[in-house]
Amino acid sequence: MSLSPVPPRLRQPNWRRRLLPILFQAAIGLLVLGAIALVLSNLQVNLIRRGLGLSFDWLGRPARFPLAQGFLPYKTADSYAWAFVVGFVNSLQVVVVGLVLSTILGVLAGAASFSGNWLLRQLANVYVAVARNIPPLLHLLFWYFVVFTTLPGVRGHVNALAAWLRLPISVEFMALLVGLTVYTGAYIAEVVRGGINSVPRGQWEAARSLGLNEGRTLRLVVLPQALRAILPGLNSQYINLAKNSTLAIAVGYSDIFSIVNTTFTQTGRSIEAFVILLLGFLVLDLLISGGMNLLNQVVLRRG
Amino acid sequence: MGGNGRVCHVKMALPSKPLMLAKSFKRFVIAPLLLTLASCATAPEDKVSLLDQVQSRGELRCGISGTLPGFSYLNDDGSYTGLDVDICRAVAAATVGDADKVDYTQLTAAQRFTALSSGEIDLLSRNTTQTLSRDSAGGNGLTFAPVIFYDGQGILVRRDRGVTTLEGLANQTVCVGSGTTTERNLNDVMQTRGIPYEALKFEQAPDRDQAYLNGSCAAVTADRSALNSSRSGFPSPDDHVILEESLSKEPLAPATVDGDDTWADAVRWVVYGLMEAEERGITQDNVADYVASATSGEQEENASLRRFLGIEGDLGTKLGLPNDFVVQAVEAVGNYGEIYGRHLGPDTRTAIPRGLNESHVNGGLHYAPPFN
Repeated sequence: MSLSPVPPRLRQPNWRRRLLPILFQAAIGLLVLGAIALVLSNLQVNLIRRGLGLSFDWLGRPARFPLAQGFLPYKTADSYAWAFVVGFVNSLQVVVVGLVLSTILGVLAGAASFSGNWLLRQLANVYVAVARNIPPLLHLLFWYFVVFTTLPGVRGHVNALAAWLRLPISVEFMALLVGLTVYTGAYIAEVVRGGINSVPRGQWEAARSLGLNEGRTLRLVVLPQALRAILPGLNSQYINLAKNSTLAIAVGYSDIFSIVNTTFTQTGRSIEAFVILLLGFLVLDLLISGGMNLLNQVVLRRG
Repeated sequence: MGGNGRVCHVKMALPSKPLMLAKSFKRFVIAPLLLTLASCATAPEDKVSLLDQVQSRGELRCGISGTLPGFSYLNDDGSYTGLDVDICRAVAAATVGDADKVDYTQLTAAQRFTALSSGEIDLLSRNTTQTLSRDSAGGNGLTFAPVIFYDGQGILVRRDRGVTTLEGLANQTVCVGSGTTTERNLNDVMQTRGIPYEALKFEQAPDRDQAYLNGSCAAVTADRSALNSSRSGFPSPDDHVILEESLSKEPLAPATVDGDDTWADAVRWVVYGLMEAEERGITQDNVADYVASATSGEQEENASLRRFLGIEGDLGTKLGLPNDFVVQAVEAVGNYGEIYGRHLGPDTRTAIPRGLNESHVNGGLHYAPPFN
């Protein structure tokens, strides 16, 4: 009668096997907390030493800087806080319209890359290749300085559109909107293409054998199934669009970032102003994410 | 946001064997971390002045605009040139003995103060207006060196618009640079005089000018010197005029971070040295003769000149600089008048009459306190 040899790993006492991972986790946790505490204490010590305790009193003072006509009324005697609200709504405006337009553009371009029409397919490919490989800032500068302000007549059309819609639509807004839409649309087109690709070929063939034409196959059979693969990818593209909207200052549009920029040079309150900016974007991105997750659940439930 | 160059570093030694991890964690990670935390919290006040840091580094880190002809602009050969740049060069010559030992950082108006207070640059020489808010600890927390250019905010319009006063801009759009004093000045003046207007903000001066040229705005506002520089780069400069009236006082001065008096004093007296040199007629070409003459020549008995040039006394040493720091600076870039003439004089593309920027002996405002 002999005991089978115990593997050396199991010979360790029981407590040691259980305790080690817990200790490890605790150490990592401590490390993270310590790093945060280090940063915060460094910040506070240095701020206090320079006589700059964190303070938000200045938010109520008159901003005294001009802003271009936006969605909300604004006078230069209004407070910094109101200027932030105006800027946030200006950002929201371009992000929301941009989301809708870039989705339409992206889905069209993504679907077109599966078209039987050679020309349409190549056009979609060229669009994606060109738009995706140019940095977003260059997109904006191109649309603003080349298309919207240099080409004759474009400005007049934008003004006519603004008068007709009775909305404060400026050349700057249009340049930002079109730039962001074209740039993000290309990424969405790729997401859509990937989603459609994930639908088995058999589905196309089955639809065709039922006598459905190309358009109806796509609309009734393929896209509904592709949606599951598309939605998560769309989410991150939407958030990218929201983040890229901070490039607005390059084309003279008064978004939240441009206003924070002015505010912190006027007040010297860069940390507070940036905290507000970061929170604003966190809220915006969480709203987008939350909305997309909701949509995702609906799609999944419908099967 | 950080302190004056003092950063809390965490050094971590990684354990060599994974099995030792738990024990090593305590020894190598947590202990130093707590130590650092404790040392950060107590924040010792024996911080090293930027002057010592610059001297031991052997290089000055200077923040400039880089997009303003006459003040700081890229040469054809890739080096920077201009009035602001020469201030950097003079300070480098006086502190580390070589005007070329400057590391330039191009900054936008909005970036400049953060770059300075975070310790990314030692000296901000970027056509920056001295104001109370920027000077005070409760504001941007800067310390200003003497004003090197007395400016005023102006308005640039197309000549064919026929606008001669601000009232002519009623209900028009004006392009402004974001993060500058000009945004607020424009608003103050227009509101006081009851002139309705719209503003378009741009972060970069070239974008602001391009938007104006493309017709997005009827006028551009900025410091008169900046408008003058911008206009010099336009396709047909003569089609644009700067309105007679000034909207504000814009004294442009180099700045250092608050709370480092040793460094601020050094920069201040280098700038004064350039002005004093002009008053005394000491130039880049004749500074060596002056030194020779004051050492053992005609001027041997001229005590104030000897002190100024660092031959006698310890003026430079008191500042923590070489005793002949003025000589070094003037040898490198010339006196203030020469610098002005080189970048903004009548023969340059960016010519601006000296006006207030003359030495006080010629009726201007540049006046250096005694070198005593």
